[in-house]
Amino acid sequence: MSGLLVADRPVRSIVPEPALDLKHGNIGNERESMTAHTFTHLDALESESIHIMREVAAECKNPALLFSGGKDSIVMLRLAEKAFRPAKFPFPLVHIDTEHNFPEVIACRDKLAADLGERLIVRSLEDSIRRGTIVIKDPDKPRNPYQSVTLLETIAEFGFDACMGGARRDEEKARAKERIFSFRDEFGQWDPKNQRPELWDTYNTRVHNGENIRVFPISNWTEMDIWEYIGREKLHIPEIYFAHEREVIRRGGNVIPVSHLVQPRPGEKIEVATVRFRTVGDMTCTAPVESTARTVDEIIEETATTRITERGATRMDDQTSDASMELRKKEGYF
Amino acid sequence: MSNATQLLRFITAGSVDDGKSTLIGRLLHDSKSIFEDQFSAISKTSEKRGMGAVDLSLLTDGLQAEREQGITIDVAYRYFATPKRKFIIGDTPGHEQYTRNMVTAASTANLVVILIDARKGVLVQTRRHTYLASLLGVPHVVLAVNKMDMVDYSKQRFEEIVGEYKRFAAQLNVHDVHCIPLSALNGDMVVDRGDNLDWYQGPALLELLETIAIDRDVNTDDFRFPVQWVCRPQTDEHHDFRGFAGRIEAGEVSVGDEVTVLPSGRTSKVREIVTYDGKLQTAFAPQSVTITLADEIDISRGDMLVKSSAHPPKVEKEFEAMLCWLSEAPLDKNRKYLVKHTTRTAKCLFSKLDYRVDVNTLEQHAAEKLNMNDIARVALKIQQPLVFDSYEIDRATGSFIVIDEATNNTVAAGMIA
Repeated sequence: MSGLLVADRPVRSIVPEPALDLKHGNIGNERESMTAHTFTHLDALESESIHIMREVAAECKNPALLFSGGKDSIVMLRLAEKAFRPAKFPFPLVHIDTEHNFPEVIACRDKLAADLGERLIVRSLEDSIRRGTIVIKDPDKPRNPYQSVTLLETIAEFGFDACMGGARRDEEKARAKERIFSFRDEFGQWDPKNQRPELWDTYNTRVHNGENIRVFPISNWTEMDIWEYIGREKLHIPEIYFAHEREVIRRGGNVIPVSHLVQPRPGEKIEVATVRFRTVGDMTCTAPVESTARTVDEIIEETATTRITERGATRMDDQTSDASMELRKKEGYF
Repeated sequence: MSNATQLLRFITAGSVDDGKSTLIGRLLHDSKSIFEDQFSAISKTSEKRGMGAVDLSLLTDGLQAEREQGITIDVAYRYFATPKRKFIIGDTPGHEQYTRNMVTAASTANLVVILIDARKGVLVQTRRHTYLASLLGVPHVVLAVNKMDMVDYSKQRFEEIVGEYKRFAAQLNVHDVHCIPLSALNGDMVVDRGDNLDWYQGPALLELLETIAIDRDVNTDDFRFPVQWVCRPQTDEHHDFRGFAGRIEAGEVSVGDEVTVLPSGRTSKVREIVTYDGKLQTAFAPQSVTITLADEIDISRGDMLVKSSAHPPKVEKEFEAMLCWLSEAPLDKNRKYLVKHTTRTAKCLFSKLDYRVDVNTLEQHAAEKLNMNDIARVALKIQQPLVFDSYEIDRATGSFIVIDEATNNTVAAGMIA
C-alpha cells in the first residue's frame, strides 16, 4: 500500500514524491506482483461471502439461511461450510415451500440438508392458505407473490432477526441497487430510497425488535461465477439444470414444462424438447431453455455465449412489468 | 477456463454531461456484456420517450422512481467480464447526493475513472472527484478525457488538460494516475483503439483495466487479523477445538509464527491454519481462515491478532479522523454514537470538530456542525481501546462507520488519520 496516502490536510502541501510522469498518459507504479500467490476472482468472492456470513453469525441474535435446493442456495451451503466448519452452522436452514416446486429440487434440498446434518425448517404456503392469510385467486397462477406472506409469518414464528438469501445483483435491476445487509421494517418492507449507506466491508447489522435484515452474501457473484464455483467445488445440484428431454408446450413466446400444474389448453400441443433450466422456481412460471449442455463445463460454455439474461429467459413473473421484482421486494419478498 | 482471472472493482465519476453513462454503455456494449433482452427493454423505453438513439444510461436505472423521473438515485453495481478479468462497476449518480454516494462506492474500489469533457477541461467537479478518490484511498486513478471528437482529436488539447490536471493532482496524494484520450460516443480508445487517436501510444481504457497491477493494493507487510467469530464445535470429534475465524485484512501468517493478541498484549504461536479445504502452511490477505493457537488464552470477537513488524498498530481510546457525514440528521456533538471498527463496536463521542473541507475548493473552514455530505477533520473518544492503523497504511483497519443508536442508521464514515 505504499504510494497510497490519504490527503488528511488536503490543500497547500505539495507532495514531492513520486513525480507524476504524464508523458504517455501514464504514471509508472506498474509493479509486477512480488508474491507467488494466485488469488482468483472466485477466491475473492468466496472470501467476501464467508466474511459476510460470519458477521451475521457473530452479530445477529437469531439468524436463518434461506435454502431452496436451487443452485444459488446450494452454493450458499458450501460457503456456510467453509465459514463455520468444523462447527455446525450457527443457524437453521429455512425453506418457504410454494408446493409448486420441481420434485427433483425438493429431493435435492432434503438430501443436502440431511447429508450436512443441519436443521431444515420447511414452512408451506399451504399452511398460510389454511390459516386464511393467503387467499389464492387463481390456483394455476404462479405463487411467488404469496411467498412473502409465509416468509414473514415464519420470521415471526421463530423470531428471526436476519435471513440470509442467495440473491445476486446481476439477476435483476432492483437487486443491483440493494445493499448486502438490507434492512426491513416490521412489515418486511424494503425502502429503496432510504437504504443505509454500506461502506468498505463494515456492515451495520443492527435492528430494533420486530425488524429484520435480509443478507445477501453472494450479491457480487454473477451467473457465470456460480457455475464456475459449482464446477470447482464439484457441487451436487438437481439434475434438471442439465439438458434432458421434457414434455413442453409453447405459450406466449415461452416454453413451459408440462406438469400436474400445467396442462395443455385446447389447441396447444405437447412436444418433447431437449431443455435445461437456468433457474428453478415455481413450476408454473419457470421456463426451461433449449440446450444440449449435459455437464457443468458445457453449461459454462453456453453461459459465456448466451445473449439472454438468466431471468429474462426463464422467469415469466418478472416479465409482467419493469418493476415486478421491486414491487415484490417492497412487500417483503427476499 | 477463466479460473485464473482477477477481480477489479472500479467506479466512474463524472456527470451525465461528461458522457459517463455513454462510457459505461460503450464498455458493456463493445465488450459484449449487454444481453439481448436488456437491450430490447431499453430500446423500447427509449422509443417510448421519443429518443432517437438507444439511451444506454437506462441500463443502470434499477428503480421505478428512477425510470419515471429519469434520474439515478443510488449506487448501482454492474458486472462484466473479459477473458482477462472480472469487473464490478460501482455506478454513482452525479447530482446533489454526490459526495455520499461516491464515498460509498469508492470505499471498495481499486480504481476510479474520472471523466472530463475535452471541451471543458478540468472543472470544479474534477477536483471534487479527485479529492474524494484520494480521501478514500482509491489506489489508481484514470483520467478519461472524453469527447475528443468534439476537439478534432487534438493532441495539444489533451496535453493541456493533462498538464492542468497534473498540477492539481500534485497537491493531493494520488499517485498512480493514467490519462487516456477517448470518445465514448464513437468508441475510440474505450474497447477498440479506433482510427482517430494514432498519436496516443498508451493503452485503451479496457486494456488498462485488464492489465493494471492490483496485487499490491493490499498491505502485504503487516499481519492484521480481526477475530470475527470463535469456532467451538464441542463435538466428540473436535472436543478441544477452539479456532479464531476471521479474514486476514493485511499481511500473511504461517504456522509457527508468534502472534500478539490486541488489546490484551498476550502472545502465542500459530498452531494451525484451518480451512474447509484443508490445513494451510501460510495464509495471506484477503483470505478467510480459522486460526488455532498453541496456548489457551482468552480471545473473543473484536480482538486482533498481529505479528510484530515495523509498523505496529495503535491501541488507543482517542484518535483523529477524516469524517464524511452521511445522514440527513446533522451531527449532534452532545450525543454518544456507536463506532464499528473492524469487528469491534463501541460507544464514542466527538470531542472536537477541527475543520470542514469544501470539496470543491479544498479550502478548510471552521466547523460548527456537520450536515449530510460534509467532510471534516474530527477527534473521537471511544469507550474502549480500538486496535487500528492509519487509513493510509491500511484501509481495513483504518476505517470505521458511525451508527446512531436511536435509529440504527449508518450516519458517517471515518478514515483514521
